[in-house]
Amino acid sequence: MYLLLIFFPLIGSFCAGLFGRKLGPFGASYITVSCLIFAFILSSFAFYEVALLNCCVYIKFAPWINSEMLNADWGFLFDSLTVVMCCVVTFVSSIVHLYSTEYMAYDPHLPRFMSYLSLFTFFMLILVTADNFIQMFVGWEGVGLCSYLLINFWFTRIQANKAAIKAMVLNRIGDFGLVLGILIVFVEYKAVDYATVFAITPIFTNKLFNFLGLDFDLISIVCFFLFVGAVGKSAQLGLHTWLPDAMEGPTPVSALIHAATMVTAGVFLIARTSPLFEYAPSILSLVTVIGACTAFFAATVGLLQNDLKRVIAYSTCSQLGYMVFACGLSNYSVGVFHLVNHAFFKALLFLGAGSIIHAVADEQDMRKMGGLKNLIPFTYSMMVIGSLALIGFPFLTGFYSKDVILEVAYGKYTSEGHFSYILGSVGAFLTAFYSTRLVYLTFLSTPNGYKTVICAAYDSSYQISLSLLLLSIPSVLIGFYSKDMIIGFGTDFWGNAVFVSSENMNRVDSEFITHMYKILPVALSLLGSISSFLLYLFGNKLLVQLKMSVLGKKVYNFLNKKWFFDKVYNEYVSQFFFTISYTITYKIIDRGIIEVFGPMGLSSIITKKAWNISKLQTGYLYHYTFFILIGLTVLLGIRQFWLLSGNFVDFKIFSLFFLLSFFLGKRVQTH
Amino acid sequence: MVILNINYILSIAITLFLIGVLGLVLNRKNILITLMSIELMLLAINLNFIIFSIYLDDLTGYVFVLFILTIAAAESAIGLAILTIYYRLKNNIRIDKIKNIKS
Repeated sequence: MYLLLIFFPLIGSFCAGLFGRKLGPFGASYITVSCLIFAFILSSFAFYEVALLNCCVYIKFAPWINSEMLNADWGFLFDSLTVVMCCVVTFVSSIVHLYSTEYMAYDPHLPRFMSYLSLFTFFMLILVTADNFIQMFVGWEGVGLCSYLLINFWFTRIQANKAAIKAMVLNRIGDFGLVLGILIVFVEYKAVDYATVFAITPIFTNKLFNFLGLDFDLISIVCFFLFVGAVGKSAQLGLHTWLPDAMEGPTPVSALIHAATMVTAGVFLIARTSPLFEYAPSILSLVTVIGACTAFFAATVGLLQNDLKRVIAYSTCSQLGYMVFACGLSNYSVGVFHLVNHAFFKALLFLGAGSIIHAVADEQDMRKMGGLKNLIPFTYSMMVIGSLALIGFPFLTGFYSKDVILEVAYGKYTSEGHFSYILGSVGAFLTAFYSTRLVYLTFLSTPNGYKTVICAAYDSSYQISLSLLLLSIPSVLIGFYSKDMIIGFGTDFWGNAVFVSSENMNRVDSEFITHMYKILPVALSLLGSISSFLLYLFGNKLLVQLKMSVLGKKVYNFLNKKWFFDKVYNEYVSQFFFTISYTITYKIIDRGIIEVFGPMGLSSIITKKAWNISKLQTGYLYHYTFFILIGLTVLLGIRQFWLLSGNFVDFKIFSLFFLLSFFLGKRVQTH
Repeated sequence: MVILNINYILSIAITLFLIGVLGLVLNRKNILITLMSIELMLLAINLNFIIFSIYLDDLTGYVFVLFILTIAAAESAIGLAILTIYYRLKNNIRIDKIKNIKS
């Protein structure tokens, strides 16, 4: 059952991918959707058995690498963390599959699409169920690959191609860090399976590791590289630029990548390797700071984006920042709890956005929507649920996780903790602001689109509505119902899956922080939401004036252009590398040095010299006699020279010079 | 009896040889001069042999001289024969016109 859970999506993917032509779009979507639903049902059973009944399952499937010290098996480890992820992934993925069957119904490549989606899910399941780092890396690379295939699904669009390459390359930067981390783990621990590594980590505290000639704390450097991997995959500040660009793919892809699967892999990695991170306090601070900065940065950028999907993408980025800093504060369970909740309402938001886009003839610009409230009421209500869950409206899903994150941040009593609390609270305000802005501009404002488009807007039919409905239920309820189980006080839900050392444990402290600081984030969220609503309802003129003022223009540009991260990266990093790769490595080294000393230069110089030497045969008798004379003279001279000073001088040097003189001499101009 | 230092006579022989060599190298006009230079070189060598033969009081040098004279005569005969045939073919005996000895 446990293996079937993982391999159902693969079966679906193979069926749709290899026999898509035979099955047709309907058959392919039927098979993949049913496979995913089966996988979800099985993972629910797994959840019941593993998480609720507290019995971990470990399946050693097959040996894979077995050479001396390096042992990596195909093993599947099901503990609480894994089954939680499995449930989320398969649930959201099956909803996305179901949704895609209608959303992509008129696409000629539907079987291929469904195949990619299923493959993506399969790799994500491999990632979460792996019992060693190497197998986890298979999933890690697999989701990267599938994200490439999916973002690039409409491969005729140049933007989609570029976005897919960007996603792949930026992920690969992080993957490189992850590989380094795994290699260091192997070098020092002589093992790559989680059980061994986590068990012997406490022995390795204070052990130094020599990396690039410098000594670092072993666990810190391992965690640092693992975190670099997480930064790439979870789009944290620095390597985040691929995530908004990944919006070029179809909307269900965005929902899958941004809600449940790909970006959560980074947070999952941190939570999974918590026994390592717990012994690297400096890296935990780094994780906190980066996460908090991401949460704040993405929230500010999301504020002024005009693309519907891009706003949601930045909110994903921001929420990932929350999860990461929750992990950085050693509250991995809280981070994962937010991950789970976020998966539901973010999938809802993305799929709702897809429904809106579907309704207004593939228009993604929010400024050209408006007034859709009465035209697509169902999508409207779903988007409102999603947005309210996102802004942490009291008693909806987002509230339970987000507030706990901010509480534990304040309850940490360290400067990173307060830093992340402040940035997180401001981020919460901004999140509320842009979520309300999104809902207002899309649904409530006066219609701004073309009349033909607006008049033809309609609510999508069964599959889309059903999937939105199915997602809206957990978006409202799951936080409330699973709060006590997942992050409740003294819950033994996590078992050994997540390790928090006792000096980092601050759940009790965060429970008893000042009341004001507990209320503040909610108050800020509500304030942000209300102020945004009022500002857009009554203050349109004021907003325009604000935007047109000198400072306003600058701020608007700064935020709308994403803090110029892309510009800086393009101009100072990629251009730099492109220039280097063209002028230095290509022009100077490849076509220069290697060619001159290698094949072309050598062959040309030899033929040239040979030609020059053969030119000495002029054909005149007296030249030949002259050469005979010269040759005799030289030979006699050498003999004499040798007799006189052969003891002191090595004549081989002279013969070498003589040979070289053929090549170094001035070219003989003969014709 | 005047006793000559051997070096004087040897220098004469070498001078003659060098004149022959230079005649061979510097001559660009006439092939006859080439043959004459070769004869001159052979003569210089003969002279050398004779000098050393006398100096060392050894008869072998004379024997060599006789053989070399024979060979020189045969060589110039063959050379002149080639020259004649060449002239018959090309109608001149200028050296700088001989260009087709390069493959």
